[in-house]
Amino acid sequence: MLRFLLTRLTLIVPTFLGVTLLTFAMIRLIPGDPILLIFGERNVEESVYNQMKADLGLDKPILVQYAYYLGDLAHGKFGTSIITRTPVLSEFLSLFPATVELSLTAITLAVLIGLPAGIIAAVRRNSVFDHTVMGASLTGYSMPIFWWGLLLILLFSVTLGWTPVSGRMAVKYFVEPVTGFVLLDAAMAGEWGAFRSALQHLILPAAALGTIPLAVIARMTRSSMLEVLNEDYIRTARAKGLPPWRVVGLHALRNALIPVITVIGLQVGALLSGAILTETIFSWPGIGKWLIESIRRRDYPVVQGGVLLAASIVMLVNLTVDVMYGLINPRIRKGR
Amino acid sequence: MATDAGAIPAAAHSAAPPHPLVEFWRYFRQNKGALAGLGVIIFLGLVAIFADVLAPHPPAEQFRDALLRPPVWQDGGTWRFVLGTDDIGRDILSRLTHGARVSMAVGVFVIALGLLVGVVLGLTAGFFSGPVDIAIMRAMDTLLAMPALLLAIVVVAILGPGLFNAMLAVSVVVLPGFARLTRAAVLTELSKDYVTAARMTGARLPRLMFITVLPNCLAPLIVQATLGFSTAILDTAALGFLGLGAQPPTPEWGTMLSDALQFIQRAWWVVTLPGAAILLTVLAFNLMGDGLRDALDPKLKR
Repeated sequence: MLRFLLTRLTLIVPTFLGVTLLTFAMIRLIPGDPILLIFGERNVEESVYNQMKADLGLDKPILVQYAYYLGDLAHGKFGTSIITRTPVLSEFLSLFPATVELSLTAITLAVLIGLPAGIIAAVRRNSVFDHTVMGASLTGYSMPIFWWGLLLILLFSVTLGWTPVSGRMAVKYFVEPVTGFVLLDAAMAGEWGAFRSALQHLILPAAALGTIPLAVIARMTRSSMLEVLNEDYIRTARAKGLPPWRVVGLHALRNALIPVITVIGLQVGALLSGAILTETIFSWPGIGKWLIESIRRRDYPVVQGGVLLAASIVMLVNLTVDVMYGLINPRIRKGR
Repeated sequence: MATDAGAIPAAAHSAAPPHPLVEFWRYFRQNKGALAGLGVIIFLGLVAIFADVLAPHPPAEQFRDALLRPPVWQDGGTWRFVLGTDDIGRDILSRLTHGARVSMAVGVFVIALGLLVGVVLGLTAGFFSGPVDIAIMRAMDTLLAMPALLLAIVVVAILGPGLFNAMLAVSVVVLPGFARLTRAAVLTELSKDYVTAARMTGARLPRLMFITVLPNCLAPLIVQATLGFSTAILDTAALGFLGLGAQPPTPEWGTMLSDALQFIQRAWWVVTLPGAAILLTVLAFNLMGDGLRDALDPKLKR
């Protein structure tokens, strides 16, 4: 087991270095002087300019600069925003819970609907329900979610007036941030009005963001269940006279779940891509919206640091999924 | 889906094996979804080619007397603007028609570039084991580790916004998939006898790579390329929507959507129609890609 863990950990190191190389190169490949980029449009005095150049190590050879960059990262220095003058790391940390709250709700919705839909579709293969689920999931999989989010707003916010259009909570409520998850904080503070408001704000963006994972999970569950239902041990279980729900729910589902769990784990990267779009549409104050705004404002240190942080988190989650997969399935751990 | 052999005439088994293309078509046409996808793609291709003839108006012409005119079937709609006009009086149908041209061009460009670079990298990694292989594949891992849109954003941040740069960015996103697929296929082919035979007869490396081995790796690449078309169109539209791709007044579907965002409450058609066009196109390529996979994947046959 230890060996398996170590192999996975050593595999992630070159990938992480690759990402740092990419973000390091990014700021140097952008046309223009990096110091002027950092200072923005304002005029910089000669002495300040030279001081800055020395401070940033830009007068050193490129390899030394890269080493400095890695050293800074190791000390938790991810740069400073040109516009707000706050460290990128602290901005990231203050916005990250919003993105996590949105993504977790989205993936929960996707699992709660996708899993049963996939199971029923597999059990009733070629039924009307099966065809509907497969058609809907292929459509969901092809969905431009920036458009889908707008349609949801058009229907539920504009026409029906059920949900608010943007933000995380109505302005009149204030909840002391403890966990950073508004829903949780409101519940812990016992502010049920705020909780309701937060839930109303959350449901539409979560539904938009959860659509593609939902489609993927439903498809994967169905095909995995179909495969398992043909196995000999299912026939044995049926022959023993076990009730059908036991055969499907226990014997088949347990074995069918393994690939589904992997697919759910692999959705994390896709969720972050989706969050960039969803947060932009719903004005959700998370890291996706923050990154897009930084690009528009040419706040390059934020783009550089933000991309690195976001990519690192996705890599860490993927690693965790990988390791957990090894824990569930000994064949993966022992094989290779 | 590969179905029972009964669908194929029994004579086909006893006589000489059918041409691979004929066999492929037999499997492919059984998949109604894939056929529908192919139909839509052919239709969109024709629209893209003949956009100038088909579009009732030039895509950028502004009719100042007809701002935000609804589609013909609604009150206030006219046959002059079948699908209505946008906020500065441009005909939506004409813009959608020209948008098909942009999207098809995006797909072709992105996939061609991604395939070219990806296949060369994959072949190189497969043929040269050791440091070259490791360097290429670790680089591909890095690109794959980044969420697609995040990677595209990095590229656009370096190159600056614009349709061409967005297409380059999306090429970088689809490239590692092609490289990995090619390498995996090459590695299984290399151990086969025909490769050894070609080596024995003195075939040089380029010939081995591109003429002996590559044609036998094509099936998964064709499937991936078709599915990649949908990624290319979807991601380029997403970049356009975020303001990082095609810039107005280019009639790109994603850009059209973001241009019209503020009129979402007053004029549903300016937002709904471009998105529907994206969905239809992406769905068609996904349906066809699934059909191609089922028809080309020998594991699913019989």
